[in-house]
Amino acid sequence: MSAATLKRAGYWTMHYAIIALYVAFALFPLYWLFKVSLTPTKLLYSEGVRMWPSRTTWENYGFVLTNSDFPRFFLNSVIVSVSTAVLVTVVASGAGYALSRFRFRGKFWLVGLMLITQMFPLVMLISPIFRIFTPLGLTDSLLGLIIVYTAFNIPFATFLMQSFFDGIPKDLEEAAMIDGAHRFTAFRQIILPLTLPGIAATLGFVFTAAWSELLFALMLISKTDASTFPVGLLTFVSKFSVDFGQMTAAGVLALIPACLFFFLIQRYLVRGLTAGAVKG
Amino acid sequence: MATIDIDGVRKRFGNVDVLHGVDLTIADGEFVVLVGPSGCGKSTLLRLIAGLEDISRGAIRIDGERVNDLAPRARDIAMVFQSYALYPHMSVERNMDYSLRLRKTPAERAREAVEGAAGKLGIDRLLQRKPRTLSGGQRQRVAMGRAIVRTPKAFLFDEPLSNLDARLREQMRGEIKKMHQDLGATSIYVTHDQIEAMTLADRIVAMNEGLVQQIGPPRELYEHPTNLFVAGFIGSPAMNFIDATYRREGQNAFLVVGEKRLALDERDVADGTPVTLGLRAEDIAIDADPEDPGAIEATVELVEPLGLGTIVHVQALGTHIKALSLAVVEHRVGSRIWIRPHPEKFHVFEEATGRRLERKAQFAAELPA
Ligand SMILES: Nc1ncnc2c1ncn2[C@@H]1O[C@H](COP(=O)(O)OP(=O)(O)OP(=O)(O)O)[C@@H](O)[C@H]1O
Ligand SMILES: [Mg+2]
Repeated sequence: MSAATLKRAGYWTMHYAIIALYVAFALFPLYWLFKVSLTPTKLLYSEGVRMWPSRTTWENYGFVLTNSDFPRFFLNSVIVSVSTAVLVTVVASGAGYALSRFRFRGKFWLVGLMLITQMFPLVMLISPIFRIFTPLGLTDSLLGLIIVYTAFNIPFATFLMQSFFDGIPKDLEEAAMIDGAHRFTAFRQIILPLTLPGIAATLGFVFTAAWSELLFALMLISKTDASTFPVGLLTFVSKFSVDFGQMTAAGVLALIPACLFFFLIQRYLVRGLTAGAVKG
Repeated sequence: MATIDIDGVRKRFGNVDVLHGVDLTIADGEFVVLVGPSGCGKSTLLRLIAGLEDISRGAIRIDGERVNDLAPRARDIAMVFQSYALYPHMSVERNMDYSLRLRKTPAERAREAVEGAAGKLGIDRLLQRKPRTLSGGQRQRVAMGRAIVRTPKAFLFDEPLSNLDARLREQMRGEIKKMHQDLGATSIYVTHDQIEAMTLADRIVAMNEGLVQQIGPPRELYEHPTNLFVAGFIGSPAMNFIDATYRREGQNAFLVVGEKRLALDERDVADGTPVTLGLRAEDIAIDADPEDPGAIEATVELVEPLGLGTIVHVQALGTHIKALSLAVVEHRVGSRIWIRPHPEKFHVFEEATGRRLERKAQFAAELPA
C-alpha cells in the first residue's frame, strides 16, 4: 500500500468514526429510554447504572396500555398532530406557491409580518390567547389546540414550501398553461406532483412539532379527556410518583407514530424528482 | 392557422421599460424570425403573444381577435421552450398528449395524433420513456412533438435549438424548415444563430433595446441594413466598420479614410459629414492590382481557413479588417498584400445617427416597396 492510499484510508476511517460518534451521541438517549422501559421497576434502583438490565419485562407496556389514560392521550395527540399537519401543509402549499410565483402589492410587508411572528417567544402569547379562547369555548378542546398549532406553524411551513416551489422551473407550468391548462390545473397536475418531496418534508416537520408541543397543551387544556401525550407524560410524574418504567414505556410508544409517519413519507423525501425537466 | 397583429405593444416590468412600442404584422403561414442581442426583449415579446405576461400598452390580435385579456389556454398557440420544459413525471406519450387530454380529445384520436407526430420526428420508440432518460436531442424532439400534436393557430419557438451541438442543430434546422413547409403554420422563432435566421425566415425582425430596427426578408436585411445596428448584427463574419468622412467636390463624391480616398456614389448628406463605412468580408477582394485606385495596402494578421473559404484578417486603413476569400489563400502572417473593397457594395452610415445613407440617384429605385 502506498502512502497516498494509506492516507486516504486513514481519512475515510476518521470520517466514518466521527459520523459514528455523532450518531451514537444522538441516539444514546433513545437507547436509554428503551432500556429503562424494559427494566423491571425493582431492578431500576437496585442494579445501578448498567448498559443492559439482568432481567427484562414488558409489564410497563402492559400497564400503560391497559390501566392508564395513555391510550386517550395518544389518540388526542394523533388527532391534533395529523389535523395540524394536513391543515398547515394545505395552506402553506397555496401560500408558498403564491410567494414563489406571483408579484403582488404588499408582498414585501406580508413576508415581513410572517417573519415577525416567528420572532416572539410563545410564552408571551399564552395569556392573550387564553383570554380569546375562553369565551369561545376553545380551551379544553382539541380544536383550540389545532387552531393555535396551525397558526404558529404556517409561516415557517410557507417559507419551506416556497423554497421547494422556487426549485421547480416556471417553464413547466407555463408550458402546461399554453397546452391548455388553467393555472390551477397546471398547479395540481404538473407542479404538485413534483413538489411531493417538499410536501412530505413539510408534513413531517409540522407533525413532529405538533406531536411534541407541551407549552400550549399544558396551558390551554386542563381536562384529562382533552390532554395530549406530552401533557400525559407529566401526569405520569405526579400520579405514579415518577414511575420511570411506565413513563419511558409511554415515551417509546409515543415514538411509534412519528417513526411510522416518516416511514410512510420517506420515499417522497428523496429528492431528484425534477431531474430531466429541463436541459440536464 | 392565423395572422398575428402586434400593434404598438409596450411592456414594462416595474419601472423598467422592456419593449418600447413594437409593431409587427405576421401573415397567415409566415415564418418570422426574431433576432437581437441578449436582453433586447425577444422572449418578452414571445411571452406577450403567448399570454404569459400582461401587455402594458397596445394590442395583440390573433386572426383579428384582440387577445390582450385572454388566458394562454384560450389563445390556442403552441410554444417550444429553450429549456424544453418537459413534464418530468410524465412519459413522452403523456407529455405529448397532455394538451389533447386537456381538450378532452377522444383517446383514439389522441393516440393517432401522438403517433403521427412521433413518427414525423422519429421518436416513436421513446413514447414510454421518461424525459430524464432521454438525450438532449431527443428531448428537443419531444418538445417539438408536444407542439405539433394539436394544430394550433401559431407556433412560438424561443431559441429551441440553442442547447444542441452544432451538428444536431443543423439537422433540426432542416427538419423545422421541412415541417414548416408541410404544415404551413404561422411561426415566430427567436434565435441568436445567424444561419438559422437566414435559412428559416420568410422575414427577419431585428430588434435592439426593445425596439424593432428593421423588418424584411433575410436578403434585404443582409444587403440593405437600415442602420449600423442591423448591419453589425446580421451576417457572420460581422461587417467591417471603418470611420470615414464623406466629401464632395463638384460632381465627385468620395470617402476619406486617413490618407486614403475611396470614390463612391453621391449620398444625401452634407460635405464633411463623419460617416461609418461598412464592408462585408466577402465584398473585399484580396490580391488586388496595386495600380487600381481602389486598392488598399494591407498587412496580413491572421489567416483562418474555413474549408469553404478563408477569412483573412488584415491591418489596413488604420484598423482591423476581415476579408473572406473563396480561394485557397497562401499568404503568411505579416506579408503585405493589396485588398480592394467592391465599390458597389459600400454601406455608408451616418456616424451621428447610425442611419443608412442611400445612394442619391438610386434611392427610390433600390428600396423594395
Ligand atoms: N419578469 C421580469 N421582471 C423584470 N425584468 C424582466 C423580466 N423578464 C425580463 N425582464 C427584463 O427584460 C429584458 C428583456 O428580457 P428578454 O428575456 O425578453 O430578453 P431576450 O431578448 O429574450 O434575451 P436573451 O437573448 O438573452 O434570451 C431584460 O433586460 C430582462 O432583464
Ligand atoms: Mg430570451
